Amino acid sequence: MQSAARGEALAQAADTFPKLLIQNAKTLRGRPAMRHKDLGIWQTWTWDAVLDEVRVLSVGLADLGLRRGDKVAIVGTNRPRLYWAMCAAQALGAVPVPIYADSVADEMAYVLEHAEATIAVAEDQEQVDKILSISDRLTRLTHILYDEPRGLRDYDHARLQWITDVQARGPKKLAADPNTPAAWLDSVAQGQGSDLAVILYTSGTTGRPKGVMLTFDNLIISARNGNRFDDLGSDEEVLAYLPLAWVGDHLFSYAQSYTAGFCVNCPEAPETVVEDRREIGTTYAFAPPRIYENLLTLTMVRMQDAGALKRAMFHYFIGVARRWGEKILDRESVPLTARLLYALGNVLVYGPLRNRYGLSRIRVAYTAGEAIGPDIFRFYRALGINLKQLYGQTEASVYITAQPDAEIYAESVGKPNIDVDIRIAENGEVQFKSPGVFVGYYKDPDRTRETKTDDGWVRTGDAGLIDERTGHLKIIDRAKDVGRLNDGTLFAPKYLENKLKFYPNIREAVAFGDKRDFVTVMLNIDPVAVGSWAERNNVVYGTYQELAAHPLVYDMLEAHVREVNQSLAAERAMAGAQIRRVLILPKELDADDGELTRTMKVRRGLIGERYAPFVGALYDGSKEASIATEVTFEDGRKGVINARVAIRDVAVSDQPAEMGKAA
Amino acid sequence: MRARGQVDVAAGEAILSIENVSLAFGGVKALTDVSFDIRKGEIRAIIGPNGAGKTSMLNVINGFYQPQQGKITFKGKPRTKMRPHEAARGGIARTFQNVALFRGMSALDNIMAGRSLAMHVNFFWQLLRYGPAMAEEVAHRRRVEEIIDFLEIAHIRKVQVGRLPYGLQKRVELGRALAMEPELLLLDEPMAGMNLEEKEDMSRFIIDVNNQFGTTIALIEHDMGVVMDLSDRVVVLDYGRKIADGTPEQIKSNQAVIDAYLGVAR
Repeated sequence: MQSAARGEALAQAADTFPKLLIQNAKTLRGRPAMRHKDLGIWQTWTWDAVLDEVRVLSVGLADLGLRRGDKVAIVGTNRPRLYWAMCAAQALGAVPVPIYADSVADEMAYVLEHAEATIAVAEDQEQVDKILSISDRLTRLTHILYDEPRGLRDYDHARLQWITDVQARGPKKLAADPNTPAAWLDSVAQGQGSDLAVILYTSGTTGRPKGVMLTFDNLIISARNGNRFDDLGSDEEVLAYLPLAWVGDHLFSYAQSYTAGFCVNCPEAPETVVEDRREIGTTYAFAPPRIYENLLTLTMVRMQDAGALKRAMFHYFIGVARRWGEKILDRESVPLTARLLYALGNVLVYGPLRNRYGLSRIRVAYTAGEAIGPDIFRFYRALGINLKQLYGQTEASVYITAQPDAEIYAESVGKPNIDVDIRIAENGEVQFKSPGVFVGYYKDPDRTRETKTDDGWVRTGDAGLIDERTGHLKIIDRAKDVGRLNDGTLFAPKYLENKLKFYPNIREAVAFGDKRDFVTVMLNIDPVAVGSWAERNNVVYGTYQELAAHPLVYDMLEAHVREVNQSLAAERAMAGAQIRRVLILPKELDADDGELTRTMKVRRGLIGERYAPFVGALYDGSKEASIATEVTFEDGRKGVINARVAIRDVAVSDQPAEMGKAA
Repeated sequence: MRARGQVDVAAGEAILSIENVSLAFGGVKALTDVSFDIRKGEIRAIIGPNGAGKTSMLNVINGFYQPQQGKITFKGKPRTKMRPHEAARGGIARTFQNVALFRGMSALDNIMAGRSLAMHVNFFWQLLRYGPAMAEEVAHRRRVEEIIDFLEIAHIRKVQVGRLPYGLQKRVELGRALAMEPELLLLDEPMAGMNLEEKEDMSRFIIDVNNQFGTTIALIEHDMGVVMDLSDRVVVLDYGRKIADGTPEQIKSNQAVIDAYLGVAR
């Protein structure tokens, strides 16, 4: 079946983006391909108009000396001419290299030089300034093109060109040499699906960025599979607002647009995205969880300022939506009264909210990049927005797994996409094989070998497991952090910690268990949440340490841990990794003490060393432990706190929790 | 340092010259025998301690106050009495120390209001918003949108001005002044009450306006760092008198200015 699908995809003649563009200009003549809001008005280019623009730009680039195999850096935010520059370069057999617009000059210098870019296409003065500031380190760069001329008038134009002037070279060339159009078509025809299409640099948490090489086949087949997965056609509307250098934008706003023939809308400015999305009414959308979180927070804040009637109405109908919305969206059977209430809520609350978010016409919305809070995820689905999760990587041309319509489980990232095979390796790592598998890292065979197995699978670096009930993939942790208990049970510390941190009373959690007999955790209370709980329940305390050691606080947190155990019991691979013993730390974990990273991630190893007596006590069965630990005060002085804390044993559950209750 | 455009200020002719101007309110002398000029294409700063007469000076320039003595020459024509709207028609636009916008109107409408002097179609057509009025409005709207784009306020185009933070209100006000396409732009403390980032933004806009549109700018400002970076020439007032006039470098080392700012035993 797989090979049939691949065959079908390959059978389609257009195997590069320039060829697709030529095809679209014929078959979708007069249909919009790209819009850009400029001077307050949406300017539209049809597919044939885009072809004209790309062709003159391409001829202009050739005139500047761009040759097959050269690299063209694209630096800036989502603007039509930057997308066209990619296609124009590809038409000549050159390779576009999009670069994050917000990278600092130093990072940019590395990527430009590593990619051996000869031409850079920059958005505006800001980016041009950045490139000029590092130009002495760029040995190969010959020309810098810019899209927005503002502020650049007085610059030295020896190597600097306005992109429109480069486009103007096209007709001139044409006038001088009547063979130009034919020569250009020849150059497009020379391109093949197996050619390198783009190099996307991944930021990489460690070391230098890696240049992921993707071919036309990688991108076009993946895009077509994605189109089939979500049934995307030429009448979709998407808003292009995510970084050009990110594989997601490259696939959604470029590869899928060219393959499905839908229109890509470029916002007026980064600040106007919400408003622009509303005007366009996107049907297919993509955003990292952060964006959905922000929208929700904004809504909640606004609702607090609303009148009493509106506020009551909002909360009542959101309650209705949370109860029934998802079921209605997934076409399950619900009572008639619920359906009627939901319909009323739709008129009064959900519809206007969706309109505010610019999601009135949405058919498919994705979130990816990191885990989304189940509560936030469900909120949008309850409003009738078909929000789904996707798991992907640059190395996979995005798609690894995605949630199919009506098969949504908040904690999973879905099923393998069309043509994608996944497997879980011995150490719990997710590996995949797909038509989108990258060629390699540019000029870095060592790291390519580290990532690709000998039999053609790609290591994701993420640990996951397949839920046997649903067949969906769950990502639990980074593979390198996953360990095993002495009896061989998988131990994924971050997975446990995230489940615990989902309770507002728990600020931080640190789980231990690798090469041990069972799992234990150290918890940090959230002083705000627990403090307000104490106030409401007449719990008297003087200091943080006192509050953290209070028996009632222990009771409450122990109950949370029990619930987590219940939810773990429901998962076969995790059932053995339930939490047996717990203690509450007498001090907040702090980045100043090196216990957290600056991005607020726990440093498990360091904490294990610093609190060694605690860890020892967690495993030797004692009921109490004491420690003298060093703290850094606000003014930088160091001090020592002496603390005695209780340790509790937690009941292990063999009963799976009621579905969906414990999250 | 900023790169200068094509305008050679040093050799520039004066667009406005003020000779021996005195202004008094009853017995209080706001300005005494002040003379200076503003050259075409330059950024001219007027500085001085509180109550030195800076705002009075701007009010004299745009015709809001009539000086009792002295001569004002604008674009080569001496003028005696002039009303603010005549000054506006003559190509002088200004912003105010306290933001003076139509708070209930959108940013777009506020800036559109700046175009009203340039509207020529008669009231009847404007009322109908049809025919020539529509065509004219489209043309004006285009110009206004260019300003909106220039000042990077597209995201607040349709937001009521009263709901905007102060820094953005200031920017809208600058937009309205620019909409008049003035030859001389008067800015009364364009950066008062702004944080560092907003000040940097505003400085950049002022430089860009000057550079891109060739607009001559006179500004009052208290932030000395800003004044010294921005302006081509500075005139210093104290107690209604001119105590210094020159380039920022000259002003920085001028003893009279230092005394005025730091205070000396009198």
